[in-house]
Amino acid sequence: MKIFVRALLGASALSFAVSGVSAETLTIATVNNGDMIRMQGLTDDFTEKTGHTVEWVTLEENVLRQRVTTDITTKGGAFDIMTIGMYETPIWGANGWLVPLDDLSEDYDVEDILPAMAGGLSHDGTLYAAPFYGESSMIMYRTDLMEKAGMSMPEAPTWDFIREAAAAMTDRDNDINGICLRGKAGWGEGGAFITAMSNSFGARWFDMDWNAQFDTQPWKDTLEFFVGMMNESGPAGYATNGFNENLSLFQQGKCGMWIDATVAASFVTNPDESTVADSVGFALAPDNGLGKRSNWLWAWALGIPAGTQKADAAKEFIEWATSKDYIQLVAENEGWANVPPGARTSLYENPNYKDIPFAKMTLKSILTADPNDSTVEPSPYVGVQFAAIPEFAGIATEVSQEFSAVYAGQQTVDEALAKAQAITNDAMEAAGYR
Amino acid sequence: MARAVTTQRKTINTIIAWTIGLLIFFPILWIIILSFKAEGDAIKTPIAVLTSGWTLENYGVVQERSDYAKHFFNSVILALGSTILGLIIAVPAAWSMAFVPSKRTKDILLWMLSTKMLPAVGVLYPMYLIFIELGLLDTRIGLVVVLMLINLPIIVWMLYTYFREIPGEILEASRMDGASLREEILYVLTPMAIPGMASTVLLNVILAWNEAFWTLNLTAAKAAPLTAFIASYSSPEGLFYAKLSAASTMAIAPILIMGWFSQKQLVRGLTFGAVK
Repeated sequence: MKIFVRALLGASALSFAVSGVSAETLTIATVNNGDMIRMQGLTDDFTEKTGHTVEWVTLEENVLRQRVTTDITTKGGAFDIMTIGMYETPIWGANGWLVPLDDLSEDYDVEDILPAMAGGLSHDGTLYAAPFYGESSMIMYRTDLMEKAGMSMPEAPTWDFIREAAAAMTDRDNDINGICLRGKAGWGEGGAFITAMSNSFGARWFDMDWNAQFDTQPWKDTLEFFVGMMNESGPAGYATNGFNENLSLFQQGKCGMWIDATVAASFVTNPDESTVADSVGFALAPDNGLGKRSNWLWAWALGIPAGTQKADAAKEFIEWATSKDYIQLVAENEGWANVPPGARTSLYENPNYKDIPFAKMTLKSILTADPNDSTVEPSPYVGVQFAAIPEFAGIATEVSQEFSAVYAGQQTVDEALAKAQAITNDAMEAAGYR
Repeated sequence: MARAVTTQRKTINTIIAWTIGLLIFFPILWIIILSFKAEGDAIKTPIAVLTSGWTLENYGVVQERSDYAKHFFNSVILALGSTILGLIIAVPAAWSMAFVPSKRTKDILLWMLSTKMLPAVGVLYPMYLIFIELGLLDTRIGLVVVLMLINLPIIVWMLYTYFREIPGEILEASRMDGASLREEILYVLTPMAIPGMASTVLLNVILAWNEAFWTLNLTAAKAAPLTAFIASYSSPEGLFYAKLSAASTMAIAPILIMGWFSQKQLVRGLTFGAVK
């Protein structure tokens, strides 16, 4: 009997030695969005291929941010893979909190990742998180209302055209607002929109010495234009509207135009959810002829915290989830309109995907956003709708609250800009930048 | 002499009470209604929501996507575990404060309650590091202790108030009859304080069930209760209101049912006890 048991243990040890990584259970923290939910449904494919199983922890975006930040800064090891964005990745990579993804297999074809995405998820040229899906922002508009207004949307409109079109499409009697934009406070909500918009007006957050720039004319022009246009043609109470509120308005046919995340295109063209699905057109986010458009760049990516004991298995998962094969798997199960967009060049060369109405504009939008060169005047930070420094989230949240107060009519543009200038300079001084 | 209350006055009071009650309950009712609507209908105007079709689809999707039973089981363990552990500590504490008070008893009670005023996020990092060090991260036992500590001041306060209404002479008599301290608390004090203790238990089960800061921040996949179950359906980029409502309804249903059947004890606890 003893001999039999020893033989059994020996055989088990040998089989583990031969197979390399033993079967692990990976804990993955992620956000609740359509693409991530689809991935959870397809995880069996990964388990079949590798033997590893997966436990998902799905959280709301802000809760997730707090949760994974606490865990990674304390090396808690609660998660083996974290879903993080373009803001966190370069900062965490620089701090040594993430496992570098510099040894991905040849089959994975890391060169196929869209350069803008790879650039935004790297630090010093090293990739620290693999993009699962990427997005920019663009104009989604009602083709029927545009036609009724007697206007035609160019592929790359200016802000002046958008303001004029918004006024022409507005029909208050029928509850139609010419334009719906984010006004909600929060660095990732209204803060992201106004920052991206300000780039096209020639504004920037900081000069090369990290001095706040809210006392400059481009910022004043940005805010005055935004408030003027929204008061003329925006929905009532836009100061509290974020992505979901505007999505709801657009899907109910209450917006002529909506400038927001490219990922929204699949929602507004889905006839099961949208009452205007068959009359939506797309165009690039507006500019002012200064060489920068007002579109942002964002990616949800998968990174491995340095505290995990299962880095090898985690890399296997990331290779599976962000591979070309995974895109094919989603297409087979859910259709090409539902594959995760914006991460790989090859997707946009695929003839099956080219037929999707918003695919071309999504790619163009992504390619025209450069996180390393997002402002007209030179700036010291990386990021289009944010500055990739740890202090930014806190500062931008406060600044966006001041801006939202302007949208709500509680203070003037000048008052808000003066406060934003003081808030930002104080915070940067306290953090040792100035 | 009791003051006479006219029928008209009674009717007005009843109407006011029902109006306030319905106003307070309305958000929950709306969540329940939305949970039976298609996603496309759930974002419509209130009238359109009410006149649109009804569906059970959201419950099916939530069941398929999430392990409700696991989260429910964790919630039950955390709520009951923390309350029982809290009682074990609070009964002797409240006894000593009620029957053997010192000069500082009131101050100690106030100090205990003041810990409830501390913003939880202020101690998140120390608590997280302690949990890592003790290997308690994402464990039910760790959360039971934390929830017990959070609710302990309220348990002590409530029990203290109930105990103070029990005549000390009865306890004295039991002591004269030879009862030990343990027997005095277990066989004399506790039976007399059962109604108060029931209210305390009910209120603390509800508080532990609804706690959504520590239960989200100290768990991952294994010990996550129903608060994490709800959080997994909230999304800032995508309209999943109907599914979120279905998940919320499933999470609050047990506590809602429990609250309905024990409302007499709850009301008594809230109006007669420490928080009156």
